Amino acid sequence: MPAPERSYLRTAPAPILPPPASRAGALGWLRSNLFSSPLNIALTVVCVAFIVWVVPGLLRFFLIDAVWSGTDREACLPSPADPAPGACWAFVRVWLSYLVYGFYPVGQRFRVDLFFAALAFGIAWLAWLNAPRRDLGALYFFVALPVLSYVLLSGAPLLGLPEVATSLWGGILVTIVVATVGIVVSLPLGIVLAVGRRSELPAGRLLSIAFIEFVRGVPLITVLFMASVMLPLFVPDRFAPDKLVRALIGVALFASAYMAEVVRGGLAAVPRGQYEAAQALGLSFPRMMALVILPQALRVTLPNIVNTCIGLFKDTTLVFIVGIFDFLRAIEAARADPHWATPVTSVTGYAFAAVFYFVCCYGMSRYARNVEARLSRARR
Amino acid sequence: MADSAKPEATATPAVEIIALNKWYGEFHVLRDIDLAVARGERIVICGPSGGGKSTLLRCINRLEDWQRGRVVVDGVELTDDPRQIIKVRRDVGMVFQGFNLFPHLTVLENCTLAPIWVRRMPKKDAEDLAMRYLERVKIPEQASKYPARLSGGQQQRVAIARALCMNPHIMLFDEPTSALDPEMVKEVLDTMVELARDGITMLVVSHEMGFAREVADRMIFMADGQIVEIGEPAAFFASPRHERTRLFLQQVLR
Repeated sequence: MPAPERSYLRTAPAPILPPPASRAGALGWLRSNLFSSPLNIALTVVCVAFIVWVVPGLLRFFLIDAVWSGTDREACLPSPADPAPGACWAFVRVWLSYLVYGFYPVGQRFRVDLFFAALAFGIAWLAWLNAPRRDLGALYFFVALPVLSYVLLSGAPLLGLPEVATSLWGGILVTIVVATVGIVVSLPLGIVLAVGRRSELPAGRLLSIAFIEFVRGVPLITVLFMASVMLPLFVPDRFAPDKLVRALIGVALFASAYMAEVVRGGLAAVPRGQYEAAQALGLSFPRMMALVILPQALRVTLPNIVNTCIGLFKDTTLVFIVGIFDFLRAIEAARADPHWATPVTSVTGYAFAAVFYFVCCYGMSRYARNVEARLSRARR
Repeated sequence: MADSAKPEATATPAVEIIALNKWYGEFHVLRDIDLAVARGERIVICGPSGGGKSTLLRCINRLEDWQRGRVVVDGVELTDDPRQIIKVRRDVGMVFQGFNLFPHLTVLENCTLAPIWVRRMPKKDAEDLAMRYLERVKIPEQASKYPARLSGGQQQRVAIARALCMNPHIMLFDEPTSALDPEMVKEVLDTMVELARDGITMLVVSHEMGFAREVADRMIFMADGQIVEIGEPAAFFASPRHERTRLFLQQVLR
């Protein structure tokens, strides 16, 4: 029986049509991302208006009309030639070494540079996930670097490095030292506290909870005050640790409590079955934690850890309250310089601070996002 | 201890449970459990859910503690002493309903973790050992993958290999096929049947009656925290003595 003619069957493939013009290319992107609905159109218009309103003024003030060189305030004052001068970057240039090193003796500043380089090297080694021998990197960062930094910054007369009192340290140096010590101490200590809080030993649990709750219940400023004002009342002067060291301890302990709570959240996210499987294999509590539970918990909680680090980095500015010259305090001091008293000096100084903090914090946040994306890829 | 008389002939029993009682708050989960398991014996425990089967199994490696009674494994009594507990756990393998593989480690690393850190085995030896067992459960080609990439049946076989890598004297299986899709149940049961042939002591909580008939030396029916009936599979399936057992078997064997 011959096959009936099926007029509805195609005999040739359909021609391939180009994508609709409204969906392709830049125009398509605009349409789907910026003008897809009345609300989106309204938002787009408002945002564009805002950008047009703000950005040109900022660009003009900070770049186009800015004064880049000069030796004193004359350069940045309004004059017949330049009736409305922009940001006074000349002021930042002249004061820059103070903003970075504080009163660190000029002849010894290479030591600070070496410290920055050693720190950057350590961070790069640890942050670059494919780096060779990251175990050595961790050893370098958590053991060698602190010793090296202490010798470099504080000095070791035996090695020919004269001592430099911490009261001379200042600016970015102090901010970096406080933030790094805070992060480097608080991460391991926070993990210990978080694990202690979940341990089966009542003493460990009680101690952890008491510490965490006490520190969390007190503002950082109070901790710093206690460390710098009250401690000397109880400890004889000769034995009282250095002012900066006291602040460092205060910041580190404070950050540890927060880090502990963040890590605890991660620990709670690890299913019970993981604990049971590890126990059933005969792993002891410390091994179970180190090999099975913490790797998973820290992974889950990485965004929060970075968030805490960013918060800590910005909180370091509070050490100025106990008379330590961190970066922000250095800017405060510099902008009061009568040689540079102009209407734009303060704005420029603060803008410089904003850029510095933003670059550091945004860098941390971007890095965390990369690591997260990478980890979620690896697990699949 | 009426039922401990028969298989008791050889040396100390692998597991000895004496007058075990456990409460969850008010709830009496285990009531006066007495059981002796001989070396090489294979026991399948069945019963309605909530009857205390899993709890009993988990007492044998002290994942659960109890209020009254004694549990002696391989001649070591389980007490609060963590050293005793770890000593027992090293030689008792356990396979869970939910696999519980470590998601941050590859299949091979899952298998070598305990031999390296608990047995102090050199990494190379541990890897050779792990590969041997992965071959035995027929998935050596998955060794470098992460568990999430494997099917449920494959994951459970890795879990079995992981437990075997510790060379356990006793294997505990807590409903090993209950979380699996039907088509994967067989591959896991086949692995377990093969294991049973090697003469390792096995305690299995399972509702797979075909499997039980094939490998069990003794069947245990548990309900309401008690051992209701215990006996050899032939008699157990053909003519259960208790009404509860009969009703339960009717439902599972249907």
